[in-house]
Order: sequence, then C-alpha cells, then structure tokens
Amino acid sequence: MSDYDFMEKGNLYSTENLPNNALKRRSFLKYAGASAAVAAATISGCNKDNDNFPGMDEGEYLGKGDIAILNYAYALEQLEAAFYTKVAETPYSGITDLEKALLTDIRDHEVAHREFFRVALQEHAIADLEVDFSSINFGSKESVLATAKAFEDLGVAAYNGAGQLIDKVEYLLLAGKIVSVEARHAALISDLIQNGSFADNDVVDMNGLEKSMSPTNVLTAAAPFIKTKINARDLPTY
Amino acid sequence: MNLFEIIKGIENVDAEIYEKLNPRRATIKALSSFGTKVTLAALPITVVSIFKKAYGQTVPQKIIDVLNFALTLEYLEAEFYAKGLAANGLIPNSTARGAITVIKNHEDQHVAFLKTALGTAATSKPTFDFTAGGTFGDVFTNYDTFLAVANAFEDTGVRAYKGQAGELIENDDILRYALNIHSVEARHASHIRQMRRARGGAAGNLKPWITGANDTGVSAVDPIYTGEDNQVQAGVDITSLNGVNGKISVDLATEAFDEPLSKEDVLQIAGLFIVN
Repeated sequence: MSDYDFMEKGNLYSTENLPNNALKRRSFLKYAGASAAVAAATISGCNKDNDNFPGMDEGEYLGKGDIAILNYAYALEQLEAAFYTKVAETPYSGITDLEKALLTDIRDHEVAHREFFRVALQEHAIADLEVDFSSINFGSKESVLATAKAFEDLGVAAYNGAGQLIDKVEYLLLAGKIVSVEARHAALISDLIQNGSFADNDVVDMNGLEKSMSPTNVLTAAAPFIKTKINARDLPTY
Repeated sequence: MNLFEIIKGIENVDAEIYEKLNPRRATIKALSSFGTKVTLAALPITVVSIFKKAYGQTVPQKIIDVLNFALTLEYLEAEFYAKGLAANGLIPNSTARGAITVIKNHEDQHVAFLKTALGTAATSKPTFDFTAGGTFGDVFTNYDTFLAVANAFEDTGVRAYKGQAGELIENDDILRYALNIHSVEARHASHIRQMRRARGGAAGNLKPWITGANDTGVSAVDPIYTGEDNQVQAGVDITSLNGVNGKISVDLATEAFDEPLSKEDVLQIAGLFIVN
C-alpha cells in the first residue's frame, strides 16, 4: 500500500500517457475513458446554478485524492455535529426523555467523528464551516426529525459512494467504521418518525442494497445548509 | 492493535481486472445509477454479465471467496428469520412481525443477489442449527431469545462486511455492492436493538449502537463483540479528543466507530450455527 503516494496520484490524474504499470493504479482507472479535464469539467459544471457549490479557485479547498475524500467526510461531519448540537441546545416541543438521550448520543458521535477528522487531517484539515439552518424549525419535532433523516440518509449514501474513490485501505476501513454508525443513526431517526421505517424502500432498493451517492451529488444536496464555499475542484467523484 | 494488518496485500489481488473492464466503465456507471435504463430488479443479471465479460471463466478465487463468505452469512440470516416468522406464536404482534418481515425480505434479496452474481460458483446453503448446539435452545419458542440471536447475527453481519471491504478495494463495483449491503445490515441491527430495548428486562438499556464490547446482556455471544471496545482510530485515541462536556467518554468513543471482524473470526462464530 505504501506506493500509493499522494503526490504521485496527483500526477497520474494529469498524465495522458502512462507507463504500463501505472494502468494498474486504480486512482488513474477511476477516470479511465475520461480525461482528468473532463472529470474536472463535470464538477465545475455544477457551479453555475449554485453559489455554495465548489468554485474553481475559491472557497475551502478540500485537497486531492484521499485527503480530499477525508475532508469531504469532515465537512459532512461538521454539518451533522452542528445540527445535533443545536437540536440538543433547543429540544423540540414534546421531546421525550428517551428521544433526548438518543439524540444527545448522536450529537456526541458526530462530534467524535468531527474531532477525529480534524486531528487526523492535521494541516490538511479544512476550516470550520459556517452552517445555514434557517430552513429548519428547531422547535418542531417534524422539522427536526425530517432534517435529521435527510442528513443521516445522505451521510450513509455519501460514505457508501466514497468507498470506491478511496485509495488507501486504512481510509476505506475508517469510512466503513463510521458509515455503519451513521446507518444505525439513520434507522433510529426513521423509526422515530414512523416506527418500522428503519430500512424503507426510499433508501433500500429491490435487491436489498442501500443507495450510494457521488461526492458531487452529495455536496449539491448539502449546499443549502453550508454557507462556507467549498472548493471541491480536485475531489474525486464519479 | 492494527486491524489493517488483517487485510494487507490487497493490491496484488486483481489489478488486471481494471484493464478488462475499462471499455465498459461507462456502461457500468450507467447501470449502477438508481433508476436509470435498467430496472433495479434486473441488476443481478447485469452483474453476472459484467463478471463474465471481464473475467471470462476465471473470476479470481479471492473475490469468489469473499462473495461466498457473504452468501453463507446471508443464508444463515434468511433462514433464521424465515423460521422465526413460521414459528407459531413466537412473534407477538403485527408491528414486530412487519419489522422482521422487512429484514427477512432484505436477507432473501441479498441471497438472490449474491447467488446470481456468483452463478455456478455459488456455495450451497449449509444445514443450520439455530440453537447453536443447545445454547439457544428456545430460540424459536422464546421471543426474547429470538431477538437476542437476531441482534447477534445483525451485528456480526455488519462486522463481517466491514472486514471484507479492504479485500474488494480494487474492484469498485463489487466494493460498492458490498458497502450497500453493509449499511442495510447496520439499519437492521439498529432496529433489532430498539426492539430488544422495548422489551425491557436485561436489554432494557440497549442502544441502537454498540457501547463498549458485548453490550447485549448475553454472554454467550462475547466473541462477536471482540475488539468492538477499540477506542483508537488511525492512531488517534478518541478519548483524548474534546467532546461537548470535557473529553469524549470511553462509551461514546466506542459507540461512534464500529469495528470489523476477520473472516476467520466470523466463520468461527457462524460455525456454531452450522451443522454441515
């Protein structure tokens, strides 16, 4: 695994003529059939309609390769942690003791994820994101749980989709350790909305498979809740 | 403890496959996006055809092994829930019955998906003993025992898929399918744990997530939770990080990250329920 050097991958993305052994690198092969320029264009193409989506040269730069994926996860964890922090600070009307305890646990898990990424990424970590929760009514159980469901389902689909874009097996395993906890959250939140809806067909298909979402689609979905501009120009996606 | 040591040497497994798959990548991506062009129900057939075109008659044994390992666990879960649903008077009400049916249907779908992907390489269904040689003798007559075993199976499934992800890192499509099953197993685990909590008694404080190691109140399943109490991730001790009130507690540090289990450990556990 040691030869998956981060900078080397960066070079692979931009190299048209690769030596034969480089063909075996999945980092290149993700873009097989499409040049790096096309991949970048796909991302930037989403900019036009959304100020929050990655600008090419401005905003919090996620980095390249696995670093970018980890920062992408860090951004999502920041969003979730901020949301549940607010939920715990301003409990919705009629909240039960059990709901409060479980939602506080979830807050603490998301804070643990966030702080882990902050420390693990060290100097590569993006800054603290400014969130926009103006569309959420924190006094309303319905609004809070609907938002929680959206965030949890999005988080699971995001990690599910990011797996194949990760190069280092250690990071893939880390993502795996987090995604199943997010899925446990997601199931609970769905059940709080309607008991028994923990794995409904809005998130699980006819083969019993949950959704995956590409980083591009996830960031687009999360954009309304994030004020800080995110520069995802080198974020691997599909 | 370095969990990553278990799954070293992955990159040698099947780098060649990418060269074979390259011309078809656009097709694969088109097929794998939700609800486009091909119906979801038809996807397993597509998986087979992709396999055959990419590998010819020689799908790497390592990938077959991972998928057959997964299939064995899915056989176990599918038959377990089918027998539970068939046992008269076991599941006490329609809400519980609905939830178990949802889970059973997913396990059936996973079996079908994996069997179709594996084709003739699919392993056959073992004969199971859900009492595990008498340890859970009343598994189909005592609802709490049934839920306890379900709890154990679902948490095992989550750990098992997680443990194999690294084995599949070189194959984007199969890795994605495995991850897409993995999170569904975690949703099941979450709900079964809530069902147990609602029953009260020994499981009355059970959470949807795993606290420490074996938090199920059933000591017979200790091996399933070995290492779940790990609190160090990528060299970072989670309890050294700032939480909302002081440092993050050990309980929260272990809840926030699920841990993988090696294939050998999972097979040893599953083996308790397999006659032959």
